[in-house]
Amino acid sequence: MGYQGHFRVWRGSDEGGGLEDFTVEVNEGEVVLDVIHRLQATQTPDLAVRWNCKAGKCGSCSAEINGKPRLLCMTRMSVFAEDETVTVTPMRTFPVIRDLVTDVSYNYKKAREIPAFKPPAGVAPGEYRMQQVDVERSQEFRKCIECFLCNNTCHVIRDHEENKESFAGPRFLMRVAELEMHPLDEADRVQEAQSQHGLGLCNITKCCTEVCPEHIKITDNALIPMKERVADRRYDPIVWLGNKLFRNKS
Amino acid sequence: MPELERHSFDVLVIGAGGAGLRAAIEAREHGMRTAVLCKSLFGKAHTVMAEGGIAAAMGNVNSNDSWQVHFRDTMRGGKFLNNWRMAELHAKEAPDRVWELETYGALFDRTKDGRISQRNFGGHEYPRLAHVGDRTGLELIRSLQQKVVSLQQDDYAETGDYESRLKVFQEFTVTDLVLDDGKVAGAFGYWRESGRFVLFEAPAVVLATGGIGKSFKVTSNSWEYTGDGHALALRAGASLINMEFVQFHPTGMVWPPSVKGILVTESVRGDGGVLRNSDGKRFMFDYIPEVFKDKYADNEAEADRWYADPGNNRRPPELLPRDEVARAINSEVKAGRGSEHGGVFLDVSTRLPAEEIMRRLPSMHHQFKELADVDITAQPMEVGPTCHYVMGGVQVDPDTGASSVPGLFAAGEVSGGMHGSNRLGGNSLSDLLVFGRRAGAGASDYVGGLSARPVCSDEAVAEAERTAVAPFSGSDAAGENPYTLHMELQQAMNDLVGIIRRAEEMDQAVKRLEELKRRAATLVVEGHRQFNPGWHLALDLRNMLVVSECVARAALLRTESRGGHTRDDFPGMDADWRRKLLVCTLTGSSVEVVEEPQLPIRSDLLALFEQSELQKYLTADELEG
Ligand code: SF4
Ligand code: SF4
Ligand code: FES
Repeated sequence: MGYQGHFRVWRGSDEGGGLEDFTVEVNEGEVVLDVIHRLQATQTPDLAVRWNCKAGKCGSCSAEINGKPRLLCMTRMSVFAEDETVTVTPMRTFPVIRDLVTDVSYNYKKAREIPAFKPPAGVAPGEYRMQQVDVERSQEFRKCIECFLCNNTCHVIRDHEENKESFAGPRFLMRVAELEMHPLDEADRVQEAQSQHGLGLCNITKCCTEVCPEHIKITDNALIPMKERVADRRYDPIVWLGNKLFRNKS
Repeated sequence: MPELERHSFDVLVIGAGGAGLRAAIEAREHGMRTAVLCKSLFGKAHTVMAEGGIAAAMGNVNSNDSWQVHFRDTMRGGKFLNNWRMAELHAKEAPDRVWELETYGALFDRTKDGRISQRNFGGHEYPRLAHVGDRTGLELIRSLQQKVVSLQQDDYAETGDYESRLKVFQEFTVTDLVLDDGKVAGAFGYWRESGRFVLFEAPAVVLATGGIGKSFKVTSNSWEYTGDGHALALRAGASLINMEFVQFHPTGMVWPPSVKGILVTESVRGDGGVLRNSDGKRFMFDYIPEVFKDKYADNEAEADRWYADPGNNRRPPELLPRDEVARAINSEVKAGRGSEHGGVFLDVSTRLPAEEIMRRLPSMHHQFKELADVDITAQPMEVGPTCHYVMGGVQVDPDTGASSVPGLFAAGEVSGGMHGSNRLGGNSLSDLLVFGRRAGAGASDYVGGLSARPVCSDEAVAEAERTAVAPFSGSDAAGENPYTLHMELQQAMNDLVGIIRRAEEMDQAVKRLEELKRRAATLVVEGHRQFNPGWHLALDLRNMLVVSECVARAALLRTESRGGHTRDDFPGMDADWRRKLLVCTLTGSSVEVVEEPQLPIRSDLLALFEQSELQKYLTADELEG
């Protein structure tokens, strides 16, 4: 059942580093994170890795496995051949702190720049009424576990450090869409999405959608509708003035 | 030695799960400069794992529900050992806390008339759990996180600094509280990444650190659950109660080995899933205890009718409180009627159409598909008990969350009393919100009433620092490895103070713990303080050991079975024991456990129960008085 697997893991810090080779035991039913933990316990006690739930629910253990952005805890070893080398590297878009742990503060910074939910004036807590069909669109986006794999993947910032300032990334553009589609939210963030959060930089390649472990249709259901919104409004601003059709149309 | 990093706040909240974030929001709204210290990244706390829902008697699905009914269910679930005042506050305030989440932007599943939908759950008489599919914990964490951000945005608008009033210090571990003449003066700890030490000066600390599951081998809890807050409280001089009560969730995954213990939500059963043994028999009908006979169906036909017509049928026994179901599974496996990997079968595939399963239990479907290669719409799951929750914790004042140490507060899983001997599913998330808010307010009022701020003395800080670096200074020759010690501790707790307990085994456990404690004094870790998991574990072990000792010693003393404490040698529930709490304190390095009388239940609350029911729990003179 068990076998000796070949791993190549990136080790280093913000000052640089490189891939190191390991031979390590792999057992039936294990995921990549189990093997990383075995390395920690038997060969490299100071190997840095971030994790928490080990069930794909907290979004802590994001990394790149054979070049693909993935969750370490949800990548089963059985998807690799026994003689295949499994290469594990940190997310590339964010600065490395150590080994597999990156500095994801970019994401927290962007989260703060999106104006929060604005509760409806005059509706007391307990009096909120919303139909299931109307909350479902935003609920899809709220499945997000904030693994930031989508932001890590998006070429707008993956290869262009300079865009980070003006681009919130798919995760937080989706957050704008989520709030805009909230049936009771009273703020308006549409123009801001374009002017301040970089919606225009997205050219709908759908790479973000492909890596999302929650299978959220980020591009089709959040980004494209937002783009249409912006375009509509440019074309005929009157239609949208003080109007909330976006969230109410079903 | 580099200069010690120092910060000063009014209120420190340790832990960023549901209770911690709700406490922090409250303290900030009371005008306190507030810091949240958490071991993981902001938004990753263990609360995200909660699946089923938040119990609150809103009566949206069944208008017969009320706080009184919720209170009754909670007391029944806890076998009347609960702190009745906490159970009362909880039942009364939970609806407001849920509605408040909507003002933070939470989006719960809806009823047809647009209100928050509520689902059935074990031990709850009516559909009561507000939920979002099976990812309610994530919704709760995210809503609180986003509320924190929105408060920070307000502060930014006003002061130009997002963090001027509410700041989160993430990936940070607190190792000790600093006291000044018995009062809280601050907290000492380290950045997990750099190992650098930090002193937080603050007159009030709210513990919201969650549970202790990592002391057990099979657990649904994440690495963060090392009993930090329990241990910090003990070392600061506070007391813990009810530590003998540990909840084993009946349904954890049992296979593959690397995911053993991960939770399978109770909603699977709430939504129609049934438990079967290897003979294909729905065995729960054989395990309905006397006290529940009038509420649970004794045949399949009636149980199945209940889903559509709960008014005229009794509930399926799969929905008995968690302790009952866990014990039943344990017995089936012991009797040789278990599944291949030592569990039983939980089947929803023959009970609901595939698309309905996908709609109601999407994350369970995902979890089994990805981790076990099982399609729950076509196959049964294999499940078995897993250490899930500790009912015991810091003894607090119900209204304010204050412990016996001035300036020290606790809320959520780290506090004790609310759930008595056994917690109902869904009562955890509501507990976090109700008592998180109360502890945040309690801490704020306490700080507001202080005439002078306690001071962190240099000696106390130096002492905390010495303790934290101790594992580096052991002599290598005899030194113990933290990973080995941890494994031995988990094995001992699992085998000797687990789901079924006996005096001899617990005696053995206490001895084993003494030995582990001795060996822990010679723990040695290699390397330096920069991200060093071995060192982190060595410091966490100090907490796990003292908390485990509380569990074992209290369990040995309580010679009855009740809720999350089942004894082979004392299988019955004893009304005299209901009136007693076991209180743990720490003197030097020894845990002491003493009996304390439980406060009698207030008469108007007692009047909510039928006399015939009270007879099952209360002593004769209590019933007369
Ligand atoms: S669809 Fe847009 S946001 Fe997503 S990866 Fe492509 S460019 Fe980036
Ligand atoms: S949208 Fe998907 S990929 Fe992006 S952060 Fe959320 S869960 Fe991760
Ligand atoms: S550890 Fe939580 S998603 Fe992997």
